[in-house]
Amino acid sequence: MTIGIADIGVYLPRLRLSREAIASAHAWAMPTLKSRATGSLATANWDEDSVTMAHEAARRIEGQFDSLHVCSTSLPFADRSHASLLLEALQQPAGTATQDSRASLRAATSPLLASLRKASAGDLLVAAEKRRAKPASIEEISYGDAAVAVLTGNDALLAEFVDGDTLATDFVDHYRSTGADFDYGFEERWIREEGYLKNLVAVIPALLQRNNIEPDQVARLVLNSTARIRASVAKATGLSNAETALAADTAVGDAGSAAPLLGLAESLEQAEDGDLILLVGFGQGCDAMLLRATGRKTRTFSDALDAGVDDDNYLRYLSHRELIAMDWGKRAERDVRTAQSAYYRQRDQVSGFVGGKCSVCGTVQFPRTRACVNPECRAFDTQEPYPFADLTGTVKSYTEDWQAFSPAPPLVYGNVGFDGGANILMQFTDTDAGETAVGDSVDMHFRIKDIDRARGFRRYFWKAIKERGAPSG
Amino acid sequence: MRPVAEGIRDKVAVIGMGCSAFGERWDMSAADLMVEAFTEALADAGIGRDDIDAAWLGVFFDEQNIGKSAIPLSNALRLNNIPVTRVENLCATGTEAFRGAVYAVASGAADIALAVGVEKLKDTGFAGLPERTNGTFEDLWLPNSTAPGAFAQLASAYSHKHGVSMNDLRRAMAHVSVKSHDNALKNPKAHLRRKITSEQVLNAPPVAYPLGVLDCCGVSDGAACAIVARPEIARKLGKADIVGVKSVQLSISNGVESGHSSWDGAHTATTRRAAAKAYAEAGITDPAKELGMIEVHDCFSVTELVVMEDLGLSEAGRATTDILDGRYDAAGQIPCQIDGGLKCFGHPIGASGLRMLYEVYLQLLSRADDRNLDNVEFGLTHNLGGIPNRNVASISILGALSP
Repeated sequence: MTIGIADIGVYLPRLRLSREAIASAHAWAMPTLKSRATGSLATANWDEDSVTMAHEAARRIEGQFDSLHVCSTSLPFADRSHASLLLEALQQPAGTATQDSRASLRAATSPLLASLRKASAGDLLVAAEKRRAKPASIEEISYGDAAVAVLTGNDALLAEFVDGDTLATDFVDHYRSTGADFDYGFEERWIREEGYLKNLVAVIPALLQRNNIEPDQVARLVLNSTARIRASVAKATGLSNAETALAADTAVGDAGSAAPLLGLAESLEQAEDGDLILLVGFGQGCDAMLLRATGRKTRTFSDALDAGVDDDNYLRYLSHRELIAMDWGKRAERDVRTAQSAYYRQRDQVSGFVGGKCSVCGTVQFPRTRACVNPECRAFDTQEPYPFADLTGTVKSYTEDWQAFSPAPPLVYGNVGFDGGANILMQFTDTDAGETAVGDSVDMHFRIKDIDRARGFRRYFWKAIKERGAPSG
Repeated sequence: MRPVAEGIRDKVAVIGMGCSAFGERWDMSAADLMVEAFTEALADAGIGRDDIDAAWLGVFFDEQNIGKSAIPLSNALRLNNIPVTRVENLCATGTEAFRGAVYAVASGAADIALAVGVEKLKDTGFAGLPERTNGTFEDLWLPNSTAPGAFAQLASAYSHKHGVSMNDLRRAMAHVSVKSHDNALKNPKAHLRRKITSEQVLNAPPVAYPLGVLDCCGVSDGAACAIVARPEIARKLGKADIVGVKSVQLSISNGVESGHSSWDGAHTATTRRAAAKAYAEAGITDPAKELGMIEVHDCFSVTELVVMEDLGLSEAGRATTDILDGRYDAAGQIPCQIDGGLKCFGHPIGASGLRMLYEVYLQLLSRADDRNLDNVEFGLTHNLGGIPNRNVASISILGALSP
């Protein structure tokens, strides 16, 4: 039975920081960054991390899954299953197989290759990356934030799996120790010559040959690398007709373990029926997958790309990534310790945004409590679970609060009304001052609620974002 | 609504009141402030400390004040091992203490009872109110709102509901603040005593849209207290004019405003409920005509504006016009915040309800010096604790004791 890519979903955070803004800020110390100051980087809001971005990518997937992989080198917890958290945020059955895959830029391609080789349909792999880099480093002006979800399947495929190979080598082009803030990288020229070129030359020709495919039949090469290295690899492996350029290189930045899948999403928008795509993940070896496009189109990459907003506020970027210690005032000292027992017993409400619907009067409500909120009803124990995550609300009232602690002031919040009777006082995110109005339609998004610095914990809830409609142009 | 119970009208007399100066009382502890208010009230009542049968202490922030329990009041005043109860009900805390004392006397359980409210807010080290928790579950999902932000939302909803432009609304809100500053000039105990202009209010630094700094009340230290007694005790004390308690009512949110779409975000439902009960208990049928003065919970300018409608004093959608016409100014039909209000007298939370009652008491006895109003038959106080979504509203009405 054919196995392949059944669906792919891309999430890019809203702000696209100009690389020129980064280079300009560092021109006094690192004038050579100017040579890399082309394009922009997709940069996450303070309340986004690899988990929330993975959630956004995963919710763009249509179709059922029975196994969930969260793939990232930048997950917030060293010991806590992010896949279990994501599963509950997605409100999928607890019997779903869950796995975190991490600690290599092949975090996504290795489990994907394994699924495809085993012809395992219904595997959802979600790669997400929000990596921190030292100010003025090459990593800083290169790394972008993104999340991509891929669902394997047998039917209505975007691309069929042809064959694949893997290679493990302890090639330490860069590393990040447990608990370390930043990557430590070695010289770029060595990485290209000894790493990319030699590793891929060891894998790609053999893979093609085994499948009786001439190198010039490959239409596209997707590889987590710079565009230059990708072109060099294509040349060295004889992929003379392969498109190697990716818009994501300049518009998103290097999305780490999510980069191969991001490149795949972009390629699937361009590919014609029958096009061969060579998908390669590089990181202490490589995973190579040969895919044949079916001609079925997706616009998930373009939609995500078009939803961006240009940004040149480098200081805000530093603050969102906690690279400068802003003085947020004493309100930031508020203790946000989480009572895990309280969270656990009500986690479907918190992580999944599942409220209630009264079986007597039909009123929908959040939170879900023992007694119905409808003043005409007030019946006890009549609440059926009712999900709010995919609902659209309407802003009834709001404020932009400059006194409240928020790492992205002002803290915008308001009362949001929902069809069916619910009103919820909600925080808004990705919302600038002056942008909100009563009557706005808002969508619900899973975000970081609070970060408990004293205890190294973070908790999540849902926030409202104004529906901005189709991007113009 | 069910008919009001028999009620407490004229079953209790206020025989003495005291109020500390409000403000940044850097040299005073909460205990010191309680003593300041209490000694004034005790002298006013003309009784001895040991004549008090029971006491109630209202204090809000555990974290900034004197901790839990009622012991700090008993300690500060060296009370005679009488029963003392600590109460807390957000910004209605002071009124809640008053309610406890009044009910004790009305029930016959006490002949003379004391209510003290106190708050020491200026030990936090920053401006505005301290942070507080909403509970282990609510903290998982409720926004980290502030008091100004929570109340500021009234403005956008009110503007939308009544078709009042934000500019017109903000001009009326500015007038609310200007009026209270004017009034406070005549009050030596007020925290903020300086004249301001509407332009200053409108151009002040933003706090929470559309509120600026001058739309917000003072954050102050202070204490206030009341001594209440059975009417015959008041008469025995030889008091010529006796102030009687006409009504004390509370109304508490039950989650409808925060969870049900029937709430429009533009009014405070509990104020309406408490007002209806209070008017009935006090025997007031036309509050706009019968109330000679009001002290309302002007934590923020927009709160006062909205509350004018919730109290039934302005018609729906007319508060902006009434305010700009001066209806609630010192010389207007219903003077509001004649003592400066929370805005300028200040807002030490646990004391505020009793501070309002103190002004009504002074006015009823014509002891308010430069601020004395003519023809005050009834005076109303109103607190709104919490946020518009979930709150505690309290209303008290005082008037000359009827025989």
